[in-house]
Amino acid sequence: MNSLTTYLLIAAMLFTIGLFGVLRRRSLIAMLISIELMLNAASINFLAFTKFVSPDPATGQIYVLLIMGVAAAEVAIALAIIISLYRWLRTIDIERADRLRG
Amino acid sequence: MTPVQGLIRPDLVAKIGFGLVAAATFGGAIIAVFFRNIIHNVLGLALALFGVAGIFFYLGSPFLAFMELLIYVGAITITITFAIMLSKPIGGPLPERSFKKTLGAGSVCVLIFGLLSYIVMGTKWTPAAMRSSDWSVKAIGQMLLTKYDLVFELISLVLLVSILGAIVTARYGRGRVE
Repeated sequence: MNSLTTYLLIAAMLFTIGLFGVLRRRSLIAMLISIELMLNAASINFLAFTKFVSPDPATGQIYVLLIMGVAAAEVAIALAIIISLYRWLRTIDIERADRLRG
Repeated sequence: MTPVQGLIRPDLVAKIGFGLVAAATFGGAIIAVFFRNIIHNVLGLALALFGVAGIFFYLGSPFLAFMELLIYVGAITITITFAIMLSKPIGGPLPERSFKKTLGAGSVCVLIFGLLSYIVMGTKWTPAAMRSSDWSVKAIGQMLLTKYDLVFELISLVLLVSILGAIVTARYGRGRVE
């Protein structure tokens, strides 16, 4: 439990589960949830490298804070898009949002 | 207060705690991705984020663990719940993807996990020669306002722009449908 490899493998597993969710689900909200999982995997990686190899502990923590801020902004935008799309289509199935299809 | 010798072993407790935290992370992630009901997905996400906060704690940063609880579990999960309330995904789950597409997604994911773990296992990670051991919040604050000032300003700008963009996007299209 106290090695860099353990944490990196946990993060890789979490990232893969999130990626599978993004590829498989059809609901926009479910895809958003999966993207949050992938962002968290990246945060775990940052903090693991900070603990085991990086010269300065503050750097990795600052970048994890940056990821959290970006995630909050992303969720706000995604909520607006979901509401807007729901007004147009009366559904959040992304397969129905194909107005630009040739 | 002295710990009772031989009755409670701190290393064993730490190992069990780490197992619980990892189990919460993976269990929550699996609930968040594989279950059909969207409310269960959100609850699974909250469980997974609790687990990630625990992992942050084990990585030696209680500050980030609390930030994770505050921002992710407290704010982002609630925002996603609002998204569920305002659009109506609950009335009947969407049809599944076809088996062929699911198989394709699964094989891509297995491939990527294999590649990542191959890289992780195959690389020899050498620590930096000079390593500071200052994990205090004070150090983070000082770095954030001196060396990483740009990050601080940039995240403020990103949040401001995203708030404005969210308002504009959510208003657009109001009153056009029916």
